[in-house]
Amino acid sequence: MTGSSGSPVATVDNLTKRFGEVTALDSIGFSVAEGSITALLGGNGAGKTTTLAILLGLLLPTSGSVTVFGEDMLRHRYRVLPRMNFSSPYVDLPKRLSVVENLTVYAHLYGLDHIPERVAGVARDMGISPFLDRPTGTLSAGQNTRVALAKALLNEPRLLLVDEPTASLDPDTADWVRGYLESYRRRTGATILLASHNMAEVERLCDHVVMLHEGKIVDRGSPADLITRYGRHTLEEVFLDIVRHRRSAGNRRAAGDGKDGNVLPVAR
Amino acid sequence: MRAARDIHAPAVLFSWQRIGAMILRNLYVLRRSWPRILELAYWPMMQMLLWGFITTFFVQHSSWVAQAAGVLISAVLLWDVLFRANLGVSLPFTEEMWARNLGQLFVSPLRVHEMVASLLIMSFIRTLISVTPAALLALPLYDVWVFKLGPPLITFFANLLVMGWSVGLVASALVLRYGLGAESLCWLGIFLFAPLSGIYYPIDSLPGWLQPLAWALPSAHVFEGMRSVLFDGVFRVDLFLGAVALNVLYLALACAFFLYMAHVARQRGLLMQQGE
Repeated sequence: MTGSSGSPVATVDNLTKRFGEVTALDSIGFSVAEGSITALLGGNGAGKTTTLAILLGLLLPTSGSVTVFGEDMLRHRYRVLPRMNFSSPYVDLPKRLSVVENLTVYAHLYGLDHIPERVAGVARDMGISPFLDRPTGTLSAGQNTRVALAKALLNEPRLLLVDEPTASLDPDTADWVRGYLESYRRRTGATILLASHNMAEVERLCDHVVMLHEGKIVDRGSPADLITRYGRHTLEEVFLDIVRHRRSAGNRRAAGDGKDGNVLPVAR
Repeated sequence: MRAARDIHAPAVLFSWQRIGAMILRNLYVLRRSWPRILELAYWPMMQMLLWGFITTFFVQHSSWVAQAAGVLISAVLLWDVLFRANLGVSLPFTEEMWARNLGQLFVSPLRVHEMVASLLIMSFIRTLISVTPAALLALPLYDVWVFKLGPPLITFFANLLVMGWSVGLVASALVLRYGLGAESLCWLGIFLFAPLSGIYYPIDSLPGWLQPLAWALPSAHVFEGMRSVLFDGVFRVDLFLGAVALNVLYLALACAFFLYMAHVARQRGLLMQQGE
């Protein structure tokens, strides 16, 4: 893991998203340093994917601001999108198109030149050259992940957003994906923001962690810093401490004992 | 080799490369699936066969139809232009939802108005693939050469194409807003206009209170204009201009509605919940 103290590539300030009565994000704020790998870490429904979607302009916040590469993402996202890309197991590429057709279409959408060479290059990097001509819908989960990453790397993004990059992958493929993300950051100096609930993955890859729980940031820091601060051995133990503590504090508040359960350090 | 754009490059408002990418995506689908191409031409040809034989019967038993034997066949073909133009917009859009690809597209540099432009161009291509075989089939079967309508045929085709675009965009916007449960709107929505369009009968045969509604549709102007050419040999410029004016208005409203629904989808997180 390589530390990074670059200037912020993305800044989220006072971001809130409500869906009717449900608050998915509650006034969160954080910055992503240039050249870093930062994780949004949290359980199901913590707000990780919602945060990524707002950063990409796929979702509009109820309030707050998002700045990427110095541009207001809510007003000028088209100035920024060509320098970003995104990979997620929860959105697909058209299954009837072959891998090479899908990559060609997206290479055009990102306005690239020398598209056949670029597609061949990224296919080589991702190890997907042997099945470029196969329909995307016939690929295994691991192959699909590599193709999704190939699409996300077509434009050599300066900011790569990755949602649960190793979800449903076998350990070998998951390890390969983590290794590739590390090497991509090292080789290009790009910034990576990933959403995950895989603690070991975050511990291995990330310089900085933003811990989310029920739409709020409950702590942040480097994995080593968080482990030391909580006196634990792994990030998973830290995460369980935070979540269980907040859950029991919430239960005490609901029972009306009057104590404020929010005694863990909540950084802003 | 340029992989990523210059950090300070200005954002391009309208890119033919991006529009071309979306057309390419749809052509890849067509190229890979001959049943799809066959399906495009299948229904117009079936309609042609059905109405062609009905016409043959009427010609022998009705002096009105006998005046212009091609009127029903031309009407069938032109209705299919409207129907296919509508499907040509709404089906490729719905296909992005079926494929759960909409989220990928919306985070790419593709702008919403470029997506709309690509849908309209694809609709033109699909409509031509659909109706050309049926139009050609009418000659050997019924001795009806629809192209004898001449230059007015181009105006009829263009006006129905644009009306189909408007209906298709509204249907697509509603599918985006209400999800794939509303996908049948792509097929059914256009039939709302069929009774009022005067496809097979003059508008003045409708009840008086319905006629103003009919005249608010570009299709009514087109089919009335078609009968004028076939029965009287006269191209009615007033009907043509009426259809153009209404189409300009409706297409602008349909585009605005689609853009608004795309905005609503971003507010409500609908782009993150695609697929079945």
